[in-house]
Amino acid sequence: MYTPHTQADRDAMLKAIGVDKLEDLFQCLPEEGKFPTLDLPDGISEMEVLDELSYISSVNETPQELISFLGAGAYNHYIPAAVDSIISRGEFLSAYTPYQPEIAQGTLQAIFEYQSLIAALTGMEVANASHYDGATAVAEAVNMAYYQYRGRRKKIILSPSVNPQYRGTIHTYMQGIDLEIIGEDLDPEASPDDLIELIDEDTALVLVQYPDFFGRIFDMTKLGEAAHEKKALFSIHINPISLGMLKPPSEFDADIVTGEGQPLGIPLSFGGPYLGIFATKLQYVRKMAGRVAGETIDSEGQRGYVLTLSTREQHIRRENASSNICSNQGLVALASTVYLSLLGKSGLKEVAELNYHKAHYAADKISTVPGFTVNPVQPFFNEFVVHCPSPAAEINEMLLQHDILGGYDLGVDYPALKYELLVAVTELTSRSEIDHLVSVLEEEYHD
Amino acid sequence: MTESTIFELSRPGRKGIRFPAPDVPEASLPTDFLRDELPLPEVPENNVVRHFTNISQLNHAVDTGFYPLGSCTMKYNPKINEETARLPGFAQIHPLQPTITVQGALGLMHETQQWLAEISGLDAVTLQPAAGAHGEFTGVLIIRAYHLSRGETQRTKMLVPDSAHGTNPATSAMAGFDVVELSSDDRGNIDLDALKSEMDETLAGIMITNPNTLGLFDENILEACQLVHDHGGLVYGDGANMNALLGVYKPGEMGIDVMHFNLHKTFSTPHGGGGPGSGPVGVVKKLEEFLPAPHVVQVTEGDEDNPDIYDLIVPKNTIGRMKSFHGHFGVVVRAYSYMLSLGKNGLLDASQSAVLNANYIQALVKDVYHIPYERLCMHEFVTEASWDDAPGVRALDISKRLIDFGFHPPTNYFPLIVHEALMIEPTETETKEALDAFAEALLQIADEAKNSPEVLHNAPSTAPFGRLDEVKAAKDLILKTQLPEDYGNHSG
Repeated sequence: MYTPHTQADRDAMLKAIGVDKLEDLFQCLPEEGKFPTLDLPDGISEMEVLDELSYISSVNETPQELISFLGAGAYNHYIPAAVDSIISRGEFLSAYTPYQPEIAQGTLQAIFEYQSLIAALTGMEVANASHYDGATAVAEAVNMAYYQYRGRRKKIILSPSVNPQYRGTIHTYMQGIDLEIIGEDLDPEASPDDLIELIDEDTALVLVQYPDFFGRIFDMTKLGEAAHEKKALFSIHINPISLGMLKPPSEFDADIVTGEGQPLGIPLSFGGPYLGIFATKLQYVRKMAGRVAGETIDSEGQRGYVLTLSTREQHIRRENASSNICSNQGLVALASTVYLSLLGKSGLKEVAELNYHKAHYAADKISTVPGFTVNPVQPFFNEFVVHCPSPAAEINEMLLQHDILGGYDLGVDYPALKYELLVAVTELTSRSEIDHLVSVLEEEYHD
Repeated sequence: MTESTIFELSRPGRKGIRFPAPDVPEASLPTDFLRDELPLPEVPENNVVRHFTNISQLNHAVDTGFYPLGSCTMKYNPKINEETARLPGFAQIHPLQPTITVQGALGLMHETQQWLAEISGLDAVTLQPAAGAHGEFTGVLIIRAYHLSRGETQRTKMLVPDSAHGTNPATSAMAGFDVVELSSDDRGNIDLDALKSEMDETLAGIMITNPNTLGLFDENILEACQLVHDHGGLVYGDGANMNALLGVYKPGEMGIDVMHFNLHKTFSTPHGGGGPGSGPVGVVKKLEEFLPAPHVVQVTEGDEDNPDIYDLIVPKNTIGRMKSFHGHFGVVVRAYSYMLSLGKNGLLDASQSAVLNANYIQALVKDVYHIPYERLCMHEFVTEASWDDAPGVRALDISKRLIDFGFHPPTNYFPLIVHEALMIEPTETETKEALDAFAEALLQIADEAKNSPEVLHNAPSTAPFGRLDEVKAAKDLILKTQLPEDYGNHSG
């Protein structure tokens, strides 16, 4: 039971307040409609709750029943046991935002270390304490660029190979703001350099993804230079696991780096809660939304941490704040902090390379099936596009009959790509699962 | 008490985890794209766990003690909800799986939508928003879309009471509205005369928090909503204070057209040191077509032999998607477990007990702590922490002194309309002994404020840290561990 009072407690408290009964506390509410009988079930015991939820969860089909090659923004990676052990601690779990630093150094130091790890991973100078997910982090990058130019630059260049859900979120976020978003109607398989000719003096931001939505890796150096030549900001969205092996986005002179942090020790959990990574150059720190922890000292001279630069935030600036963010992803950011701490320098590289090798094995094998092709020269990380002999939707339907989640049907977002299947492979995908997929394809698609 | 950072614990060559060797042939690496250095720490598992365990112990949390932080609803977070959210059938499903393979998840989401609609007296609910402020943004974009769909492009003015959370005006501005602040009357209600003077053809709506941030049920609410509706505006309800109203009064009955819920406040999901939250949004029928996409619906009702079938749809005039996928599903599972545990009577008991507890503390301290609007409060109350005979003492000093008594301080300096505000929200999960001890501490501190103010100025004296220098933090801007130049290059 979560409410403790006995009738005796209640009576004593009502007496102290000076009212006769509980209902009297609600005397200033309108009589009509007060204390409605809710059309909800009666409460049940903890045992029954667990039974009920176990049943509901068993109706879903998990990777234990299905072999999955689904990615497209959410990836099934191994989560070390220590991650859940740490984030389950009540001291982290049941604390609020650290507004009283003397009794919140655990949360504050964890945020500071998260910022430090994200900065190290991305090569950027500063990171904030998190956004809701990759999509909202990207939308906040657009928002930041808009405010950087105080609305004087009215154009955003958005690559068509940025995750379609992120692009959708940007459009939702910016619908009340006078801003033109261009670039999305380019050939989705174009390279980043094809965006260069769109950049002009009215461009506030150029936004790309690396590896892109199709898993491809491109050199972003020229695009970054072109953006900076016109004084536009340059923003790159990353997959954090890929940075275990790939050049960090700082090497392309990114001004803003966003990322979906879910691969860093966060369960798939049907789409959330995930983690919005956001990092930038120090010169833009005052334009960045979200909370930031900074190092300081206490009255005894001990090193400690506080939330800082809060004059940027909504509780101070109200309608003049560039973002309304308040709650963020605290505990999820902590999970990624523990994950990155455990894997560290060698572990993250190892897991990135495992993803890379397995994905390339899968791409090679799938390419051997008649009618299925993968671009043989395009570098990719752990996800790749398979051109299929029939619509991807039909392939997926067929594979599901074999208890395989085939991949993401790109025709959903790109009408021209109906025959393209986006296949993801992680360290959790075994060689035998890949071989099984290939044998099913061979069986179904022999000439 | 200072703990090393994880970077300082690093020693070249140490490892925290081992992965299996590849079971496939190694592919050639893309040499043009490889990074030279990866400056992450190298720490064995034992030391990682010890490090985070040690720093966790520097936190005050609901699991360690009373946390009467106003407007945050720091109620106990039941452990069973952590277990249910981690069931493999919930934690391991991919958001893009065919809907036929995730009927359990969609059914749970649909039922949560129905229950929140019933509790709020609204017609449809989306679970997509990630937090309260994100829910506000969703709701305000829906208001904008509604007016535009009727060709009323001139409706650009959003009214926000001066007692509102800062997120309300910030949200309205993000959606492109012009924000106009409304004053409160001398009983802490919306000032109806001020409201009337803003009723014109540019009115888009009003963002109302009720109970308001003074912890008071707005006595003018019905009239205020009617007035806004009569002038073509919509009423947004900020659900931050919903913990006072479960089974007590439905916001839809007041005239609220669109509102958000904070599952991490009202429905017991843990705050996690700042998140994740979850901010579902409920709307009246005429706004349903504007809800974010995708939206969970029941496609066919089952019978004895066939289950109900659920699917994801795109509402006709949707504002679009607010984020990736379907919202904070893991948080929704926790809130669903909570509602299932409490049931209709338990939810009412939660709200009644929350209101009882707040009034009880208010009654115990009100002779010493000035209550600016002295009425029965709802689930929280605000006092003015200042006395003529304790001139140097501020709300912050009282807060820091409360730490010495083992309590988390109340919210300070909010709402802005109360001088030296202390906002106290005990929640329903505390015992009478805890409330008595807290009230006693407040009274003793008031006494100290007058007789030994230095005790307050030097507080906290028993916490692991003394007051931290915020000015220095903002000036130095050390926002990450300072690493030696060659950190990423040592052997390993």
